[in-house]
Amino acid sequence: MSMTALAGVRVLDLTHYIAGPHCTKLLADYGAGVIKVERPGTGDPARSLGPFYQDTPHLEGSGLFLHLNTNKRGITLNLKSAEGKDIVRRLAQKSDILVENFSPGVMEGLGLDYQSLAPANPRLVYVSISNFGQTGPYRDLRASEIVSFAMGGPMNVTGHPEREPLKLGGNVVAYHAGAVAAYATMLALYTAEDTGEGQQIDVSVYETQTGFRDRRVVYLTAYAYTGEIGERPNPEVRLGAGTRPCADGYVNITAMGYRFSELCQMIGHPELVKDQRFSTVAARMQPEAGEAFDEYYLPWLMSHSMRDAVAESQAHHLLAGPINSVKDIMEDPHFQGRGFWETVDHPYTGPLLYPGRPFLMGETPRLPAQRAPLLGEHTVQVLREELGYTQEEVLLLRQQGVI
Amino acid sequence: MVKLPLEGVRVVDITGVWAGPHCTQMLAEWGAEVIRVEPRNVLQPATRAVLTRPPLEQVRASSGAASMFYRFPNRDPGQRAWNRSPSFNSHARNKLGMTMDIMQPEGHEAFLRLIAVSDVFIENNVPETLERAHLTYEELRPKNPQLIMLRMPGYGLSGPYKNYRTFGSHMEGMAGHHLLRSYPDLDPSMLGDAYTGDAAAGLAGAFAVMLALRHRRRTGVGQQIELALAENFVPYLGEVFMDYTMNGRVAGPQGNSHPTHAPHNVYPCKGPAPAEGNGHDRWIAMDIATQEEWERLCALMGEPAWAKEPHFADPLSRGKHREEMDRHIAQWTRDKDDYELFHTLQAAGITAGPVQNEADAYRCPQLEARGFFEELTGPETGAHAYPGLIFKMSATPNRLRRYPVRLGEDNEYAYKELLGYSDAEYRRLEELGHIGMDYPPDMP
Repeated sequence: MSMTALAGVRVLDLTHYIAGPHCTKLLADYGAGVIKVERPGTGDPARSLGPFYQDTPHLEGSGLFLHLNTNKRGITLNLKSAEGKDIVRRLAQKSDILVENFSPGVMEGLGLDYQSLAPANPRLVYVSISNFGQTGPYRDLRASEIVSFAMGGPMNVTGHPEREPLKLGGNVVAYHAGAVAAYATMLALYTAEDTGEGQQIDVSVYETQTGFRDRRVVYLTAYAYTGEIGERPNPEVRLGAGTRPCADGYVNITAMGYRFSELCQMIGHPELVKDQRFSTVAARMQPEAGEAFDEYYLPWLMSHSMRDAVAESQAHHLLAGPINSVKDIMEDPHFQGRGFWETVDHPYTGPLLYPGRPFLMGETPRLPAQRAPLLGEHTVQVLREELGYTQEEVLLLRQQGVI
Repeated sequence: MVKLPLEGVRVVDITGVWAGPHCTQMLAEWGAEVIRVEPRNVLQPATRAVLTRPPLEQVRASSGAASMFYRFPNRDPGQRAWNRSPSFNSHARNKLGMTMDIMQPEGHEAFLRLIAVSDVFIENNVPETLERAHLTYEELRPKNPQLIMLRMPGYGLSGPYKNYRTFGSHMEGMAGHHLLRSYPDLDPSMLGDAYTGDAAAGLAGAFAVMLALRHRRRTGVGQQIELALAENFVPYLGEVFMDYTMNGRVAGPQGNSHPTHAPHNVYPCKGPAPAEGNGHDRWIAMDIATQEEWERLCALMGEPAWAKEPHFADPLSRGKHREEMDRHIAQWTRDKDDYELFHTLQAAGITAGPVQNEADAYRCPQLEARGFFEELTGPETGAHAYPGLIFKMSATPNRLRRYPVRLGEDNEYAYKELLGYSDAEYRRLEELGHIGMDYPPDMP
């Protein structure tokens, strides 16, 4: 039996919503033992966000929470009580990693900041994720998915030039910040296991967006080079590139500058390669060329389905992809055949298909996902097995509202 | 100087476009010696450049997405445009560069010698390319039994889409992102490309390499990692897929809307209209999550009569009448300065912020206070402030260290010092075209 990559690594998870839980999900899915701490009664606020199973709000039925918290154990703790703080301190002492995404200053107010916990566990890797970082004049400002993208990301160049700028889909900004934190965590763990010294990591969602590979760093560098700011590109004036309609939907095919002759072959107009209007890359970048080319291109597109247009493009070595809905991709035989989707059973929802692994490792495979914890499911187990509480002590904590 | 976490780790990098180079950027920033291996006889698509010698008039005229390749320093492609493009130079700092054609016997031999002295090999080509080059994990492992090899294809090393060619944008169409982020009232062809999956894959690749490095340090065992861009990105939209598996709901275009927050959009501020502004238009993003926040916003707006109407009374109703509501709010924001409004709204406890263009980012007091932008001076680019590191480690202070790598910049070091080639052998590889800092003059 092969081992997981993070077998034996202990993570104390004080995160909620999306960015933090995505970070600890990546650690948990590759084998770390994650103990997620939630507030008694309501738990992680993500439990109260939809989509809900059967569209019925329920603390155990949030699709967002279920997806982001696989492979974790869950306990409830009142962090404002002295006993609750003490339990966190004792768990932190036995952990390799602590991840939190409270507003800056909150952990300090609780006496659970890095400086307070490090003396008892110098190896601790303490990961803080916040909107703007732990320092600076914007430290205490509010942000959210759309605001972080607007301020940090390439929103100014996303959307149609004559319309309002658009955000990206869902909560990808928060997911991305969680992935940044997971990589940073591994760097610090790798160091701590070598030197015996932990440290604090400061992840600012704003900076993960300002350094976002999705176009932002390119436009920032272009500005540094030229003093020119970016524009929202006009999607209607590109030759053989971008999203176009087809018989049953839309496809994105790119040939401009790369394989123009293959594109002309594919649409049955090989003569266009020699056409003056399209004969050089420079000519093909002119808006008029795009319009002229559409006369030949659109009829071909409208006589092909998404899947056929993409398959034919790929056969001609053109870059191409369909504009899928969630249904299209879940029914796609490629992803099914690779075993990407995984079935996760849960007492409230029954078995459901979840998105699966982000990557496959040859020697340290990711284990099949175990469902997210029910609220407080492992409180007694963790207190008794990890911290040696007696049954009576646990009962007392429950009566005091600590757990 | 504190030791960086990845000092002593050598990474061989034959990645292209964005996803792979972003992964090796992450590793290089934290101390790995990343050696980019590039051919001189083929221009890797959309990596260093689209054209080796783009005509000046085209460079001057380029706009929109093309500016990512053509906004060279001072809009001048210079003698070697391939060392000056923002698309490439925004990920190429801290890396080393060497040239060879791995498809030719001499290049293949040099590559195997490089693999033998390296720890990690990262590539994101179409899978069949590595098979043709005889550089699969099975073929390389005998040369370096502890090798960690990361492959980053679009759709995986098996299945009907194995050899599908894709940029991040095409994969995002496949993964459902393009449809989801489209305007609800326009068809999906009215929206340009995004590359979020490239960013996601670069990070996941760096994370996966760390998992494998740690495992190797503990056990001495290397491994191959298969990271399909699409499989890595679909979980970023997890809740949308869960809504489908739980409720059968097929999400349509969402634009700037939110399932339960309203208002949730960007609103125009004082400045040119979008069509005229050409990027100079001003907007503020606002996210009203609770009824209390809505009431605070109404107070700031001066308790307008429209906001008292019953169809704006609660989030659900406001969501249903989003367009009408947003028109009212836009009337209020339109003549206001976006930064003044930003601070007014934040002071009132409302989540809001301006849509910042690149100039805004470079003068942002928060980024300034945290030292986000860092200057690097390159021999063919001059001195410029680049976007810097995306997280801070308290015990490991870090900076950008080297300007974006030029084609073949470190050939001498790599061939002679690292691989032990003699001067005579080096000259022969130069003559054969493997070694150099230029593309052939006749290359498009």
